[in-house]
Amino acid sequence: MMRYLTALRAIVLREALRFVHQRERFIAALVRPLVWLLVFAAGFRAALGLSIIPPYQTYITYETYIVPGLCGMVLLFNGMQSSLSLVYDRETGSMRLLLTAPLPRGWLLFCKLLGTTAISILQVYTFLLIAYFFGIEMEPLGYIAALPALMLSGLMLGALGLALSSFIKQLENFAGVMNFVIFPMFFLSSALYPLWKMAESSPLLRDICAVNPFTHAVELIRFALYLEWNPWALLWTVVAGAIFMALALWGYDPARGMIKRKG
Amino acid sequence: MSNGLRVESLTFSYGSKKALNNVSFDIAPGRFAALLGPNGAGKSTLFGLLTRLFTSSEGNIYVAGQELARNPRQALGQMGVVFQSQTLDLDLTIRQNLTYFAALHGLSGKTAAVRIDSALERLGIHDRAGEKARGLNGGHRRRTEIARALVHNPKVLLLDEATVGLDAAARQSITDHVHQLCADYGLTVLWATHLTDEVYDSDRLVVLHQGQILADGECADLRGDQTLKDYFLAKTGGAE
Repeated sequence: MMRYLTALRAIVLREALRFVHQRERFIAALVRPLVWLLVFAAGFRAALGLSIIPPYQTYITYETYIVPGLCGMVLLFNGMQSSLSLVYDRETGSMRLLLTAPLPRGWLLFCKLLGTTAISILQVYTFLLIAYFFGIEMEPLGYIAALPALMLSGLMLGALGLALSSFIKQLENFAGVMNFVIFPMFFLSSALYPLWKMAESSPLLRDICAVNPFTHAVELIRFALYLEWNPWALLWTVVAGAIFMALALWGYDPARGMIKRKG
Repeated sequence: MSNGLRVESLTFSYGSKKALNNVSFDIAPGRFAALLGPNGAGKSTLFGLLTRLFTSSEGNIYVAGQELARNPRQALGQMGVVFQSQTLDLDLTIRQNLTYFAALHGLSGKTAAVRIDSALERLGIHDRAGEKARGLNGGHRRRTEIARALVHNPKVLLLDEATVGLDAAARQSITDHVHQLCADYGLTVLWATHLTDEVYDSDRLVVLHQGQILADGECADLRGDQTLKDYFLAKTGGAE
């Protein structure tokens, strides 16, 4: 057991050290949601009217509405970015180094996932703090209640990245991941517009949004930030996370996986 | 129980293309074995299988007496690996890189620190432990990786073209060093290369070509009166 924890601590610490050394990346990752919040949302504020929907108990501004979605965006981009780093890592060999450690491969991958999720959460809280200074406040206790929601969502999206990383053949294909995974997941979700609003223009799109696990991750975070409980979103997030993790384990399985194709 | 490395009838295919065909060899404990083969011979595939990056259903691998397929963790725990591609975290110091690796092998605190000091001493880079890996030249980065591969006191050391990209002096120095490690500490070494000047006469030589073992024996015996380069070119049809 001790060996497992020693490895976990080292892997998380390595992620933390990488993060300290890559402050530019941290700032870049913050700029993205802030641009959405301060520019995009400001422009859309007038265009979109929002009615009172749970978990909100009053009319809210559009900026307030998209904050949970932008938290999800940070987790989504980081999850995918970590998949990029895994493809890159594997090419430079440090993924190989990790996989030759005398521990179950599933545990090693989970540790890696936990490390990147922890860093993502740090970025989310920095974003929430900046949003706070721009007057977008959540329930005070909501900031704490959101932590497990962020953790679960981060792990789910990280597992998706991990699964993808075992199937992506080359580094260049990350552009494809961006176009075919990140953008559809983000835009076909409740991050930028509530689902009922989507239904007004297209019931089909609404249905697609409703099965998108990212929608449920965003709703889980949204409800938690307002100290509300959303078991349906929780269930979706957990189930999606479990499926993605199983896929990742399959992808990295030395006997069956795709890793050997790239050797 | 043997502390060497044994490969039995190992066969591996990428789809319909056979990369390794019935490969067998047995390296006695404490021997330096050079796995010599031209590019594309199957060396990297063999290393992928030896390090369990992927597995094959045909054939067996024993590391220090442990069967890799049955006891992967025990077998990997006895193995130190230096990969062909660079695997250091360049933003971390040498010591941080080694500490990370030690922890992956369950070593932490004082035990890890002592082992790391001793591994760095062995490779003659102890005084640079606090430097970032980015600041090191190619030769020193390789030494760091070899030191790292020794932190958990493995019985078998695998090196996949460890001198790739190094200048002649650094190459010579690394080759000598690993031979010395083998002699001093009784390590079993498998040194994959396509360069004949890295193989000494007293080494065990395994020649791999197109996925098959072409020759296996004491280097001096195999090459006879020829230079190793001529012998190798003749064996492999001039494809160095």
